[in-house]
Amino acid sequence: MKKEMNCISCPLGCLITIEYEGSTVISIKGNTCKRGEQYAKTEITNPVRSIHSTAKLIGGKHPVVPCKTSLPIPKGMIFDVMKEINSLEIEAPVKIGDIFIENVLGTGANIVATNNDSGV
Amino acid sequence: MINYDLVVVGGGPAGMAAALKAKECGVERIVILERAETLGGILEQCIHTGFGLHYFGEELSGPEYADRFIQQVSASDIDVKINTMVLGISDAKVVTAVSARDGLMKIQAKAVILAMGCRERPRGALTIAGTRAAGVLTAGTAQKYVNIDGYMPGKKVVILGSGDIGLIMARRMTLEGAEVKLVCELMPFSGGLTRNIVQCLNDFNIPLKLSTTVIKTHGRERLEGVTIAKVDDKLQPIPGTEEYIECDTLLLSVGLIPENELTKASMISLDRITNGAVVDEMRQTDHDGIFACGNVLHVHDLVDYVTLEAQTAGEGAAEYIKNPVNTDDMKYIDTVPENGVRYIVPQKIRLGEDKDVKLYFRVGAVFKNKKVVVKADGELISSKKKIKLAPGEMENVVIPADVLKKLDAGSSITVRVED
Amino acid sequence: MIYDVAIIGAGVSGAMIARELSKYNLKIALFEKANDVAMGASKANSGIVHAGFDAVPGSLKAKLNVDGCALMPQTCKDLSVPYKNNGSLVVAFSEKEMKTVWELYYRGIANKVPGMEIIDKTELQIMEPNISDEAVGALLAKTAGIVCPYELTIAAAEVACENGVELFRNCRVAGTETTDECVIMNTTVGKFKAKYIINATGVHSGHVAQRAGDNTINIIARKGEYYLLDKSVGNLVSKTIFQCPSDMGKGILVAPTVDGNLIIGPTAADIPDEDDTSTSLDGLKEVRTLATKSIPSVSTKYAITSFAGLRAHDASTDFVIGQSKSNPRLINVAGIESPGLSAAPATAKYVENIIVSLFPGVTLKEHYELKRKPPVRFRHMTDEQRAKIIEENPKYGNIICRCETITEGEIVDAIRGPVGAMDVDGVKRRTRAGMGRCQGGFCGSKVVEILARELGCDVNEITKFGKTSRILFDKTK
Repeated sequence: MKKEMNCISCPLGCLITIEYEGSTVISIKGNTCKRGEQYAKTEITNPVRSIHSTAKLIGGKHPVVPCKTSLPIPKGMIFDVMKEINSLEIEAPVKIGDIFIENVLGTGANIVATNNDSGV
Repeated sequence: MINYDLVVVGGGPAGMAAALKAKECGVERIVILERAETLGGILEQCIHTGFGLHYFGEELSGPEYADRFIQQVSASDIDVKINTMVLGISDAKVVTAVSARDGLMKIQAKAVILAMGCRERPRGALTIAGTRAAGVLTAGTAQKYVNIDGYMPGKKVVILGSGDIGLIMARRMTLEGAEVKLVCELMPFSGGLTRNIVQCLNDFNIPLKLSTTVIKTHGRERLEGVTIAKVDDKLQPIPGTEEYIECDTLLLSVGLIPENELTKASMISLDRITNGAVVDEMRQTDHDGIFACGNVLHVHDLVDYVTLEAQTAGEGAAEYIKNPVNTDDMKYIDTVPENGVRYIVPQKIRLGEDKDVKLYFRVGAVFKNKKVVVKADGELISSKKKIKLAPGEMENVVIPADVLKKLDAGSSITVRVED
Repeated sequence: MIYDVAIIGAGVSGAMIARELSKYNLKIALFEKANDVAMGASKANSGIVHAGFDAVPGSLKAKLNVDGCALMPQTCKDLSVPYKNNGSLVVAFSEKEMKTVWELYYRGIANKVPGMEIIDKTELQIMEPNISDEAVGALLAKTAGIVCPYELTIAAAEVACENGVELFRNCRVAGTETTDECVIMNTTVGKFKAKYIINATGVHSGHVAQRAGDNTINIIARKGEYYLLDKSVGNLVSKTIFQCPSDMGKGILVAPTVDGNLIIGPTAADIPDEDDTSTSLDGLKEVRTLATKSIPSVSTKYAITSFAGLRAHDASTDFVIGQSKSNPRLINVAGIESPGLSAAPATAKYVENIIVSLFPGVTLKEHYELKRKPPVRFRHMTDEQRAKIIEENPKYGNIICRCETITEGEIVDAIRGPVGAMDVDGVKRRTRAGMGRCQGGFCGSKVVEILARELGCDVNEITKFGKTSRILFDKTK
């Protein structure tokens, strides 16, 4: 099998061609760095994505606080993880890096705050 | 009258980096005037990732990137005035600003750095016929509603313009439960990064229609739909290709414009292509001691470059405060965009500059397997092969100091795309 | 309870009539079907005060236009509404058109228009350096001016309300029944009775008259499309530049606005739908193309918005103002197309005379005020005035709209005023917040927030212009 894909690891967006049999990689071409190679491998076996969203904030300057998955999670679980994020109710104050959910849905990723809100 | 050595107008990534650099270079009294309620500028609402790869070597979200600078500013003795709007800058560098807390302020500055950022092009600038229903807004406004205010501006969405903000908002609205019907792009290519097309559109099966535009809005009160149409090579709608798309929201991501109202009012010369000030390599405008950096100078693709540019301006301002040279006494080398290159920043380089100078530029169309050729007074300086050049991405070339040394006043450095 | 007079329609005519009548000891109601006043033709027109040479001599249009034009400067002064006596030019592009220009001049003389002059190409070019080289001469009318049409309407309505007129918004008069002693109006908010009703409903005035038993009014909705251009090109012309009326239509005007923008338009297309204010690609193209005939350098590259308005054209081609012959309790103010704005101050006085004759012995109120207290306009203040007003109220130090320099204080005033803004467009028309080149990109969400706070509701209940024009949906979390 041969597959072309644009790498999303950085803004360069290299066009990578990967040749593979099942989960065995035969060749990877077009990438300009190691991260591209890793991306292509993961993309054919278990594509992963990071999520950046917001969580409900009680007593904050704003009604929501931004958060993210600390690690990329399986692409197929994006909306399941979104449901978990949407069920959160965080109380201010919040600091960047505060963990809202540990090991969300067993993915190994935490849901962490990506902004501060000292509260009102 | 309040006195400061340096007044920085705008506390976004450009303003903060400029102020911090000036501080590092020994400027004593610095104030940042920020019109919003927090430092950070537009980064505060850019909760997606993709910031800092060049500058910090790691990928951060907008607020995280901003926070690194906010922490440094708070740890320094740089003054910050939030909720403060600058109304004018006089020739003598008296900055008039206003806030609810401090009232009307007159600040005498030795140097001023303009870092007001940019704004989005609104609907009026396009010819979209139809009703004036609610539900037509810029992608950035929608981003603020969703990410800061916590409200959905719509449920069924069409996005016009495939710049990065449009693509990012397509994913963001989808994650929050909206149905993004499609993204239309007037040009035959997307203005956004490829990675964003992959992870914001393809991942969610959102179609991207190139050479397509919105020609009409429908619905008297709230938007009910839009008519889209294919466009020809003159970007005019092709009759017979019209298609009605039901939607309650139209997001516009059709370009950013440097916000130079203050600059214009101060009679500072502007570049007709960048819509920002004409500057030298230290980012000094044609007004002595007034500098500009970041998106107010030209729209950047990556915040990392904004930071670097702002540091240059901060350094320039610090130098000026120590040794205020009259620009009338300065001589310059011009930088000239040619053949496929739309603009170059800086537009001029001081004669006698003894450091390498990096020129930032953008091309006017998508080019594949071409060369970027740099010449000084017709003589070849460098020629670099490029697999791909696109209008959405900012490019740069370095002009070595020893090349600059050989040039005279009125010399020109050209950058062009060649086969 | 029976009102003495019910005015249906709070456009410029209705509001100006309400203001004029508000000085009498009369019980007056003003009904408006929209969420705000000035929501029809009064918010979407050229903003021109015509000198009055255009209308047929002897017509009501001619009389009220010339009188209204003369009254406008003082009216605007009293109401603290921006007005500028910039003059107008009807430009000829051929000797044949020059003949039309002379005809207009003589018509103006017949209509008693003061201050007209025929000027030649040289004078024209000195007066308007950006005029097309093809122009051969023009009719100069020195009394013509420009005004902010919606601010005039809002100001008049405010004065009327301060003097005791009751304004009902979102109140559409769906049907009327006339009895021996009054007219009973069925509206969307209930039944009302009035001894006399004034029909000032613009494009709807034919239907409203009909429902009151008068079939003599035949209104055609005539759509006009416009572009509004950025302030950076606002000084491309100093006077209002008209083209010569011809078989091809009345031409496209290019004019400065009182706020410093440039307006170009309108088209003229009769349409069947009285509520259709959508713009069309063809219409906008026509505006773009024809405007460059007068001013070749006009470019819609500088457009900040485009819009369409509907003129209420009566088949008789004249204004229809007076007591209905079919129903004496109905006073029509119908067929108010251009120059309806120019005529408004005179129209109000004309209707005042009718009403006074219907209420013999009616007296003036002991206390009334026809002037409006000038609203705070931070952008027009000196730094000293600014410093002082922020000290009095810090909200004037909080700039909300960056493009137009509009403060939170002004927005709060607009919402709390006698005819307070209830939606985002209402704030925009009263303060200009969101009217600038970013078109509310930055300040829109802040205006929504302030509206919600002042009106005591949730932000997702705030609308652009009432009804279902909501801005936001549910909370994300």
